Amino acid sequence: MPLLEMKGICKQFPGVMALDDVCLTLDSGEVLALLGENGAGKSTLVKILSGVYTMDKGQIKINGDIVDIRNVWDAMKLGIGIIHQELNLIPDLTVYENIFLGREKRNSVTKRIDKSYLKQESKKLLNRLGVDIDVERIVKTLSVAEQQMVEIAKVLSMDCRIIIMDEPTDALTTDEVQNLFKVIRALKCEGKGIILISHKIEEIMEIADRVEVLRDGKYIGTKVVAETNTDELIKMMVGRELKEKFPKVKVPVSDVVLEVRNLSVPGLLHDISFELRKGEVLGIAGLVGAGRTELAKTLFGVYKYSGDVFVEGKKLKLTSTSAAIEAGIVYLTEDRKEEGLFLDKSVSYNMTLATLKVFTGLLGKVDTRKEAQTVSDYVQRLRIKSPSITQTVENLSGGNQQKVLVGKWLMTQPKIMILDEPTRGIDVGAKVEIYNLINELKKNGIAIIMISSELPEILGICDRILVMHEGRITGCLEDNEATQEKIMRYAISTGGMYFEAN
Amino acid sequence: MKPTKKRDWSVFLRGMQSVIGLLGLCIVLSILSPRFLKWGNILNVLTQTSLNAVMAIGMTFVILTGGIDLSVGSILAFSGMVTAGMIHSGLNVWIAILIGLVIGTVLGLVNGLSVTKGNVPPFIATLAMMTMARGATLVYSSGRPKPNLGEAFGFLGQGKILSIPVPVIILFFVFIIAYYVLTQTATGRYIYATGSNEKAAKLSGIKTDYIKLLVYAVSGFTAALTGMVVTSMLDSASPTAGTGAELDAIAAVVLGGTSLSGGQGGVVGTIIGALIIGVLNNGLNLLDVSSYYQQLIKGIVILVAVLIDRRRR
Repeated sequence: MPLLEMKGICKQFPGVMALDDVCLTLDSGEVLALLGENGAGKSTLVKILSGVYTMDKGQIKINGDIVDIRNVWDAMKLGIGIIHQELNLIPDLTVYENIFLGREKRNSVTKRIDKSYLKQESKKLLNRLGVDIDVERIVKTLSVAEQQMVEIAKVLSMDCRIIIMDEPTDALTTDEVQNLFKVIRALKCEGKGIILISHKIEEIMEIADRVEVLRDGKYIGTKVVAETNTDELIKMMVGRELKEKFPKVKVPVSDVVLEVRNLSVPGLLHDISFELRKGEVLGIAGLVGAGRTELAKTLFGVYKYSGDVFVEGKKLKLTSTSAAIEAGIVYLTEDRKEEGLFLDKSVSYNMTLATLKVFTGLLGKVDTRKEAQTVSDYVQRLRIKSPSITQTVENLSGGNQQKVLVGKWLMTQPKIMILDEPTRGIDVGAKVEIYNLINELKKNGIAIIMISSELPEILGICDRILVMHEGRITGCLEDNEATQEKIMRYAISTGGMYFEAN
Repeated sequence: MKPTKKRDWSVFLRGMQSVIGLLGLCIVLSILSPRFLKWGNILNVLTQTSLNAVMAIGMTFVILTGGIDLSVGSILAFSGMVTAGMIHSGLNVWIAILIGLVIGTVLGLVNGLSVTKGNVPPFIATLAMMTMARGATLVYSSGRPKPNLGEAFGFLGQGKILSIPVPVIILFFVFIIAYYVLTQTATGRYIYATGSNEKAAKLSGIKTDYIKLLVYAVSGFTAALTGMVVTSMLDSASPTAGTGAELDAIAAVVLGGTSLSGGQGGVVGTIIGALIIGVLNNGLNLLDVSSYYQQLIKGIVILVAVLIDRRRR
């Protein structure tokens, strides 16, 4: 008898059939991956299971008994725990306070919280996961990976039989992912059933036992991982075959556009020097915390720096983001919702915000007709799928949101574009579109710096790769000599190994 | 893809909700009291409303960036008092008014500086200014009103142009300028951007600190302008003028559908919000409702209106 059985699940939202007759089974000691593009219904399905939504039709059985899940508490009582993509911890409380939040053990007389018991239990849980985190640390001082471990410990403390993880590896580095997988394997051995939502097929192939594919709210099929392959899964996901995952084009490289000499930011970056040429995509690899985003933001005028930055031979004073934009440097942030988009505003508003001066006429009036015309042009050029340019960007898919931001920066007619994790949280089909877009920009003579934590992507798209570690450049590789192993070696390297390859 | 005006419609419809509320209120009052729809009474409502509305328009600028300005009532009193003092000392009326307006704007700028350079939360920064400006008013006036300001100054609050009261005309111009800036100019978009997502605004090359300085200055200016009109209307600067006025201004902004977290809303809503408060005040007076009950009813109306708005979103 399976641990969990969901049958004929339907859920309708205004205007869309989010789930249409979807089924799912899960055994104990099994890792089931839910795979599908954004909007396929993965999240809706697990939200029904965890009591966030109620289903319109269908049946859920746990250990053969029909259960009724009406809210989050019902789900918790049934032993269903979920670890959301956006972690749900209280940042200002300690690790142990978070783990037992709302379920604190109290002294029966004084009602005082028994802290030493909670600490002890928290330690036990974290040990069970094989991680070493001080239970008295304040959660906001932990890394994302550590916070995730705290969430998992919290789910364990509730004695859950079914653990759902929504995109758990999205914000993790390669090492941290491996660590998470170790924990997942340990949970498996304890007989837990695990449902894993992920975009990343490589990871699914590594950790999952079975894969269930959803597309447009419909059940497409289930495969045993050992009996399938990446191509087949992609085909099931997108309903068509993707010709090429990394469609790299070579463009003759010409003049140096950007030259960085001895760039330092106290505590963040140390003595960074490199060149960027027209027609090349320069990748920056490294672990989280290596200083890649900080380097990008420094070039975008966010941090005060020492050293020299030249664009087309002219020395720049990058004192503000507007100075950087003026000089032709633009930066696509890694966190598009937090730092890039105005979610409650329209496509048009988002795209022209950095270039409003161009559309401004007499008395400071923005020429909305000219603006709409330009935005429409860019929407067509970038093939942004949106019902209209007045649509709020909140309602667009991740890939299209990303394209809106690319469009915004293209309007400034940049010389250099820095893309920070441009495909994070975007589904496979849309990723290829972003890659094609990068190639097109490259052909149009825009020099590109791409920061990415996904090594296959870096290897597949970039012409040259810089590797960073603790605020320094530790290696530089041409694409024909670069391998994942070499990059990783530089990424974890310590003193004495700098520039070994040069 | 054709550029459409769909978004403008949704904004329009949101505005409509409060318009319907306002019209409903007017219909009920005109049935209950025959005096309500008299021309004289309508002008009276508009004049009373214009005081709160001008200040609420400045407040809208601040709230759109996600801030709040608690100091407007005190700035109103201080600038009014200083202008009255200048008039008493024999200065030209228009120069005295100019000085009052500059003082309000500068105090607003100080608010902006505390918020941006000092990194003080807007609530605290403007709370401090509210207390300071009130204190300064009391010090400057020794706690006594300054009456008898002359006919020239009286025009601002009591005069009429083509039988329309001057305060209403002032409101009209303030509204037109504010509406234009917020909806038609780049600066207006930057104000919304700052409130909608400050990080993203900064990373779009917008100088958000400058925008914040601007909105607090605007709010200080509109508070001082209201101070001029109130002082002129009463022909006396009172050290307690504008006490609690900041709350009426905030209420008008919120009734008008502007989000306190910033980025959403506008001055059309604010005008309607101010009119709802004004009509309610007037109606309750016409109906001889005791002032104790008036407070109670106003509070309930504000809560219910905001609850309806929340539910709809």
